[in-house]
Amino acid sequence: MELNIWRFASPQVIYPIAGRMVPVFMALAALFTLAGLYIAFFVAPTDFQQGESYRIIFIHVPAAWMSMLIYLVMAFWCAVGMIMNTRLSFMMALALAPTGAFMTFIALWTGALWGKPTWGTWWVWDARLTSELILLFLYVGFMSLHAAIDDVRRADRAAGLLALVGVVNVPIIYFSVQWWNTLHQGASVSLTRAPSMASTMLAGMLVMTIAAWMYGIAMSLMRLRTIVLEREADSDWVQELFASPACGAKA
Amino acid sequence: MNWGSAAEFFAMGGYATYVWGSYAVSVLVIVGELLLHGRRRRTCLRRLGRRVRPEKNPS
Repeated sequence: MELNIWRFASPQVIYPIAGRMVPVFMALAALFTLAGLYIAFFVAPTDFQQGESYRIIFIHVPAAWMSMLIYLVMAFWCAVGMIMNTRLSFMMALALAPTGAFMTFIALWTGALWGKPTWGTWWVWDARLTSELILLFLYVGFMSLHAAIDDVRRADRAAGLLALVGVVNVPIIYFSVQWWNTLHQGASVSLTRAPSMASTMLAGMLVMTIAAWMYGIAMSLMRLRTIVLEREADSDWVQELFASPACGAKA
Repeated sequence: MNWGSAAEFFAMGGYATYVWGSYAVSVLVIVGELLLHGRRRRTCLRRLGRRVRPEKNPS
């Protein structure tokens, strides 16, 4: 049997597959969160400089990484949608945007609560913080622009263009701590050198990052299914799905 | 083990407001996201049900 990957560009094919994947990824997210929180509070030692306040890192860094990664994936789907003209791609992008915005908010919020005890201020207009705030505005702008245009295809293209232009902000966030003199510290973890933190702290952070990934996948697939139903409401397969007696259970 | 007692755990070395403020709001955001999506999904399913079987689901 020949595997045709284009089959998976069809909302009708993806809908039940995503439905089976959601509980798996949600369960994984819960498991990794429990393990991560256990490491974060009971295994990782007290920081010799920051005391217990550093424990905010276990949500702050995974949320900040996710905020950037989700944006890149969202922009990728917008690009695919604009080039290939596949309607599912934009649905993927729309499914990711709220989760990305929530992750950005968590990164900013926990950053403020971490900044107060360590820097003495909730907020500064330095490059890292400002560019992360712009990321939040990009997510909100993407969703608002899409919601403001009635014609769905035009909304897809306009919001997609905004998402693609906004991609330039992601490297600015990531490298801001090197390019400018920021109050925000440089990266403690990078691909090119050994991390500058205790191994149990790093382990907690990575486990929480995996948890955030699993949650992000589960949540965006859940939302994708709803968006598919909203947008394909007139199609035969959705009508059939809801015409059967067991429609509540199946959908 | 980092903590001598539950009280010590909740005090977070004097940083309770900041640490628990971070964790509590993150939990709220995630629960809020799940609830918001649940509402959106229920609305969508109700509309679809009404559209497909109007005689059983009068609007």
